[in-house]
Amino acid sequence: MAETLHSFKKEINRDKVATVLLILPYILLFSTFIILPVLVAGLLSFTYFDLIQAPRLADLYGTFNYVMLFTQDENFLKYVIPNTLKYAIIVGPGGYILAFLMAWMLSQIQATPRKIISLALYTPSMVGGVFIAVVWRTLFSGNDDGYINALLLQYDFIDEAIQFLQSPEYLLNIMIFVSLWSSMGIGFLAMLAGLLNVDKTLYEAAYVDGIKNRFQEIIYITIPQMKPQMLFGAVMAIVGAFNSGYIGVALSGANPTPQYSGQLIINHIEDYGFIRYEMGYAAAISVVLLLIIVLFSKVAYTLFGERD
Amino acid sequence: MSLKTMQVSPKKFDKSQIKFYVILIPMAFFMLLPVVYIFSQALKPLDELFLFPPRFLVQKPTLKNFTDLFRAASGTGVPMTRYLFNSVIITVVSIVVTLVITTSTGYALSKKSFKGKKLLFSINQMALMFVAIAVLIPRYLVIDTLGLNDNFFVHIVPYLAMPVGLFLVKQFIDQVPDELIEAAKIDGANDFHILFKIIIPLITPALATVAILTFQMIWNSTESSNLYIITETKKTFSFYLTTLTSNQVVSIAGAGMAAAASLIMFVPNLAIFIIMQGKVMDTMSHSGIK
Repeated sequence: MAETLHSFKKEINRDKVATVLLILPYILLFSTFIILPVLVAGLLSFTYFDLIQAPRLADLYGTFNYVMLFTQDENFLKYVIPNTLKYAIIVGPGGYILAFLMAWMLSQIQATPRKIISLALYTPSMVGGVFIAVVWRTLFSGNDDGYINALLLQYDFIDEAIQFLQSPEYLLNIMIFVSLWSSMGIGFLAMLAGLLNVDKTLYEAAYVDGIKNRFQEIIYITIPQMKPQMLFGAVMAIVGAFNSGYIGVALSGANPTPQYSGQLIINHIEDYGFIRYEMGYAAAISVVLLLIIVLFSKVAYTLFGERD
Repeated sequence: MSLKTMQVSPKKFDKSQIKFYVILIPMAFFMLLPVVYIFSQALKPLDELFLFPPRFLVQKPTLKNFTDLFRAASGTGVPMTRYLFNSVIITVVSIVVTLVITTSTGYALSKKSFKGKKLLFSINQMALMFVAIAVLIPRYLVIDTLGLNDNFFVHIVPYLAMPVGLFLVKQFIDQVPDELIEAAKIDGANDFHILFKIIIPLITPALATVAILTFQMIWNSTESSNLYIITETKKTFSFYLTTLTSNQVVSIAGAGMAAAASLIMFVPNLAIFIIMQGKVMDTMSHSGIK
């Protein structure tokens, strides 16, 4: 009896060791390169730090960077915040709704054309930053070789080439357009898969129960049935929107972008961190950005999360 | 509305589907236009690149841009093939290691019970929102402190922990019935056997998906070469391409080469995705966040 108990305990211990070994590599890498940077950003945001001298506590009990950011940084308040909000709201929720509508229409057609069309819609999301910069810079180029300018000139819509990527009136809208173009990523695929997996008998039952049209069908059956995928898609849309914030700089070729017209928070962080070496200040901007992302995601979780 | 017309994924064509095609086909066409343009641009000879007004499609296709690109050396004299070689090694190693650590962790999170399991999963789920460029600077400091600066491994190590990958794999392993694992244990299988003989064969769709996501992230990334690598011979192909394309002075003459270069970046992505599309869709049906 005692012996079996002993071997049982040994078994459990061995299992514990195995579990630790299984998760250890991920935990180490995850905490070092994802958790730690977030914590460091939080701490640094209360300091002055220029990479040469050790960080020291900022004035006003450490809050100086934040106070500066929200009261003195004219570019931040006048351009960066409005730009980021406009960009994030159109590309995030806007791109998300677009992706859902496309996925829904795709779910209503046959399998073979669906595979082909969904591949076409997904393609721009995997082209990568280099490709985006090359193709859209040539298409929107302000020189004569710019394809869009050439088209407009040829049909006499304009008299001279427009400097699309250098002029403040166009840059942000072009950024939004390009981001939407490449926004049908894995969130889109997840929603499409979710749509295809909704139990078909539910629809039949719903029509018996008096649902009248497609719109009601989507609201009462489809979306509630695929909430988990809707949430995953939403989180991916938000992350995608903020992640592609570099494109303003990639398109215009300058940081800051011309007259701050395409400046998003991401670019502002890089500007202060890697160009001016004001690391404490850059960290404070990072914290603000992380909070904005969390806020967006909170909305998504309230809409689609399952309460338990 | 009759029951016939409201089917999801219908088997047969029906007039009611026309309205969807009317929207979807132009949309697909529009999304692909820039891709077609790059293909055409990459195949244009010099005189067509200079042509005004520019033509959308190439008239006399040539591979000259590609051969020029392969012959071109960066300003520092490093041949292009060196960058390409670096990128291939980095991508392959990253995919293999990411798959190993994500699968083992996903298995533990799904099938083992240990303290802090729920916490770990919910932290990982929070980290789905993690936007790496938001913490570029603290990440730089961490990597610098670890002495990874100008080290070849900086292309790989910081990107191995992939929250989305772990999330998808864990959700997929949840579908594997516990009885299967119990039965294997009674037969004397250890965790290593269970992972390789039972779990991995059953979750290949999720693994394929994670491999694709890793590929897209690593193959396209310029961040590590940009920020951490000083030695030219350790930099990656995508970085080399940005140096080629960001130089606006070479705009027209370099346009063909830049297009050829972006194609070389893009075609592997496309090929891998087409081969594995079915598996990805399989994985995505389990991707929901509850």
